[in-house]
Amino acid sequence: MSIQAADRVRETVDAVYRSESRRILATLIRLLGDFDLAEDALHDAFAAALAQWTKEGVPANPRAWLVSAGRFKAIDSLRRRARFDASLAVIAEQLDTQAGQPEPWEEDESVQDDRLRLIFTCCHPALSPEARVALTLREVCGLTTEEIARAFLIPPPTLAQRIVRAKAKIRDARIPYQVPSPADLPERLETVLQVVYLVFNEGYSASSGESVTRADLSSEAIRLGRLLRELLPDPEVEGLLALMLLHESRRRARTSADGDLILLADQDRSLWDRQRIAEGVALVEGTLRSRRFGPYTIQAAISAVHAEAPSAERTDWSEIVGLYDILAGAEPSPVVELNRAVAVAMRDGPGAGLAAIDAILERGDLAGYHLAHSARADMCRRLGRTADARAAYERALSLSQQEPERRFLERRLRDLHD
Amino acid sequence: MKYMLLVYGNENAWEQNGREQCFEESLELVAQLKEAGQWLASAPLEPTATATCVRVREGRRLVTDGPFAETREQLGGYYLVDARDLDEAIGIAARVPPARQGTIEIRPVTELPGLQE
Repeated sequence: MSIQAADRVRETVDAVYRSESRRILATLIRLLGDFDLAEDALHDAFAAALAQWTKEGVPANPRAWLVSAGRFKAIDSLRRRARFDASLAVIAEQLDTQAGQPEPWEEDESVQDDRLRLIFTCCHPALSPEARVALTLREVCGLTTEEIARAFLIPPPTLAQRIVRAKAKIRDARIPYQVPSPADLPERLETVLQVVYLVFNEGYSASSGESVTRADLSSEAIRLGRLLRELLPDPEVEGLLALMLLHESRRRARTSADGDLILLADQDRSLWDRQRIAEGVALVEGTLRSRRFGPYTIQAAISAVHAEAPSAERTDWSEIVGLYDILAGAEPSPVVELNRAVAVAMRDGPGAGLAAIDAILERGDLAGYHLAHSARADMCRRLGRTADARAAYERALSLSQQEPERRFLERRLRDLHD
Repeated sequence: MKYMLLVYGNENAWEQNGREQCFEESLELVAQLKEAGQWLASAPLEPTATATCVRVREGRRLVTDGPFAETREQLGGYYLVDARDLDEAIGIAARVPPARQGTIEIRPVTELPGLQE
């Protein structure tokens, strides 16, 4: 065989790896019942493909070929290891018997379910929230341990340990590899959506130094959102996807060239990504029509009102206040109340906004939340109460952790002095 | 697979008729679990005031009063159940009556060869 032909096979194998490896892994985990065994089998199968496809040509259904090769590689490896651990021989025999039986694993529906099984297992509520995120990015998205560690600014060994522990819990506590029953589905889907949104926000609230890798997290989250929508069409899945697209549409406008934060009101709206906005708005409209929407859809609807407004002043603030009322009804939280207060200030003036914020702060709910104090400072500034504004900005600064946010607050403080 | 459901709660928060109602509901649950073939053992425990701790150090036996650690929620009972997987065990734990006030901790039981009856 010529070198060119060998190169072509290598390219094909690479392409199949990129598009199919997560699907194949999801099926292998079901067939082999073990994450580590399935990952080894996946890599063995692709190594075998490189050797055999060069000699025999690319099979008609590469995915089915790889699943079956992976399964037999795993049985082989269990048999070899059984020389040292007799209990593995039993597992190998069981897998071999199952492999001989006709099984509908090649059918599309079953394979689609495997991907959902993988998502629900990685996002199982019995795993810690950090472990769910790490495992989902590793197994569902196929990011390497190093990539995930870099994005979350933690040492790779810490992250690797987290993944090892999560897999051990799945195995030892026997977390099932299944799509939850209809009765459990809403609760379990909520956990999955939380993981996706957490990944998105980690990438979206980026500090300038790491902005490149962290933006990748947001696109992974959007890809996850699209995958979920394809596998499990549900209004809140679409709502979350819309919310992420609408936030993401402003990425280029929300930081300056030197990495400083720019508030929504001050952003150059010509930098907003119209294609993402159009996709997000269409999703929100469809979901609102379904009348089975939840908090993500309402937040996306708020974001859509902003996205369609030509400027902060010419935004339909009554509509936004109304949507926050619906959101507060669906999912009451002090942060939602705070956002509502800011919208009230835009609709009725800073005096009305300040009264609303002070009512929340007096309850003590958000006393340690920097954004509550910076919003209060902003109202005071607009009312000409400079001393109160300064005190509130300083309080916000003492509570803020993120560098771009701190620079923003320092700039606001300096502007007060002028 | 066997799971131990450890029932934790604030033992001082019980009122007398609340405790009796809990026992009644627990007996109902046990009957349902037996029917489903999931029940292996269960019992409530006397309060921690009756607890005794034993340690052996360098061959010497040390016996002391009280629970090992002071916590807000104390171990008040247990269920040993047979469940297909963690999701089934979670489903059972959510039906244990004190889950509504306290916490049910689910622990997979280690299968030790030679321990089976």
